[in-house]
Amino acid sequence: MNETFTKSMARNIFFGGSMFFFLLLVGLSADTVQRLPERDNRENLTAQVALGKKVWEDNNCLGCHTLLGEGAYFAPELGNVYVRYGNSKEAIKGFITSRPVDGIPGRRSMPQFNMSEEELDAIAEFLKYMSEIDTNDWPPNVQG
Amino acid sequence: MKYQSQSVAKPYFIAAIGLFVGQILFGLIMGLQYVIGDFLFPEIPFNVARMVHTNLLIVWLLFGFMGSTYYMVPEESKTELYSPKLAMLLFWVFLVAGALTIVGYLAVPYARLAELTGNDLLPTMGREFLEQPTITKIGIVIVALGFLFNVGMTLLRGRKTVITMVLFLGLVGLAVFFLFSFYNPHNPVLDKMFWWWVVHLWVEGVWELILGAILAFTLIKVTGVDREVIEKWLYVIIAMALITGLLGTGHHYFFIGTPEYWLWVGSVFSALEPIPFFMMTLFAFNMVNKRRRQHPNRVAVLWALGTGVMAFLGAGVWGFLHTLAPVNYYTHGSQITAAHGHMAFYGAYVMIVLTMISYAMPMLNGREAANSNKSQVTEMWGFWLMTVSMVFITLFLTGAGILQVYLQRFSDTPLPFMIVQDKIELFYWLREVAGVIFLLGLIVYIVSFFVKGEEARLKPAEQTLVE
Repeated sequence: MNETFTKSMARNIFFGGSMFFFLLLVGLSADTVQRLPERDNRENLTAQVALGKKVWEDNNCLGCHTLLGEGAYFAPELGNVYVRYGNSKEAIKGFITSRPVDGIPGRRSMPQFNMSEEELDAIAEFLKYMSEIDTNDWPPNVQG
Repeated sequence: MKYQSQSVAKPYFIAAIGLFVGQILFGLIMGLQYVIGDFLFPEIPFNVARMVHTNLLIVWLLFGFMGSTYYMVPEESKTELYSPKLAMLLFWVFLVAGALTIVGYLAVPYARLAELTGNDLLPTMGREFLEQPTITKIGIVIVALGFLFNVGMTLLRGRKTVITMVLFLGLVGLAVFFLFSFYNPHNPVLDKMFWWWVVHLWVEGVWELILGAILAFTLIKVTGVDREVIEKWLYVIIAMALITGLLGTGHHYFFIGTPEYWLWVGSVFSALEPIPFFMMTLFAFNMVNKRRRQHPNRVAVLWALGTGVMAFLGAGVWGFLHTLAPVNYYTHGSQITAAHGHMAFYGAYVMIVLTMISYAMPMLNGREAANSNKSQVTEMWGFWLMTVSMVFITLFLTGAGILQVYLQRFSDTPLPFMIVQDKIELFYWLREVAGVIFLLGLIVYIVSFFVKGEEARLKPAEQTLVE
């Protein structure tokens, strides 16, 4: 780099630039938080959905699955599983309860989590909630 | 080694390498589970193997960053460390807490671990990369505060350089943004949005400051190029890193329920994110070409150059490949993401820590400047085996990803996830083979520490150039 571009200029670009863009990120995030009610389906955020999210976290579901594209890539996307299962909470609960304890020889299989009826209802309600968030039309199709 | 207290870096580096081995072993287990689905089921289900794999990565890199800091700061500040005792105490606290957490993952089902550690009091668990029990998270904060205090006090009483300032800023940022891991609202969109304030603002933000500072330090040492020149580069690189990376957070806000304007903001700024990495490559090669001495530690120079190139490829090129919103619409959360993640983490953060270890370990082991040539050649074998196999891991995952995206999301008759996984099995097998070679490379790397021989020395004329 040539001599006219001094170290103090470089330092000023760093401090000025990063401060400016950090404040911009904070500002845009604040704006996003303001706008979220139009998109995040919060009118349906019941205590049951909150419990479902907790069940989801307590069992580390995203250690295998993705949820809106985030998580692990070992098992199917679940952000739209409610739709994939024909808008049926019963089908989701049925899948979870039917998992064999010792897995399936040679195949990937979801563990048997032995959930209570309350937890099953909550997780199904949570997955329904997720499918109703406005995600800019993601995923591209029902397969996730 | 000019300052006695630099020696606390050594246990940090040894622990880092030990945990690195664990990370790779669990990576291989997961890789095998991709093709033999019931491997170790139900003893080590995939989600457990993955937590161990990713959490060990984060923890060993943190050990590497801390060790690097303890090595660099006394030399830069021209003073002994404020408290080597505190550094050693925090080392053991962090190592034991980390080990207990991993044992917890392996010993009991995750839901039981959540219950045992009182997750109900302050639920923070079960989110990607932040799976640690809340008490572990609190422990991490305490260790970080003690560490920052120790380093900060050392900086205050010694010479202030650009390198230590940038390094400290990066470390403070790392601690501050980690605090967002304690925010876990019921609303999943808010949760995801601020979860990225830890994850993205770490790896595409403040960690790049730490990376830049370590790279600048080693380049000064191994090339003898004027500090002024190197510091100017460092400022420009980290300026570009934050200017592009802060709003680059937007590329994670495309499809999680946030407003549409992020599609534009995220695309534009993340498309610029390769720039700082490209500059890092230019920087490293430029400084090595301009070098004023032939440093006897040639393998450290190789690691430094490798960091620039692989960080640019992994974080820059592979990041750019799927960062534009219309592309990401199809690739989001696919094996393309996994491909990018592997090479970016290896190129940027694994390699910079190994650069520092390569540079500092000979001195920490009581040598003048470098290991024997024989040891260095062995280490270079480790370098190439790991680096080339990581290139192949990335290429195979990319192949898997392209097919996955096509079959599952793009074709006229989209297929279900599990059917697609069967069809791309060959790529997973190839990835696993490349992973085994990576482990071989890591073993060769570790063996190099035990290779004897007459140490490579500075030539007399060069000794005067060493600060």
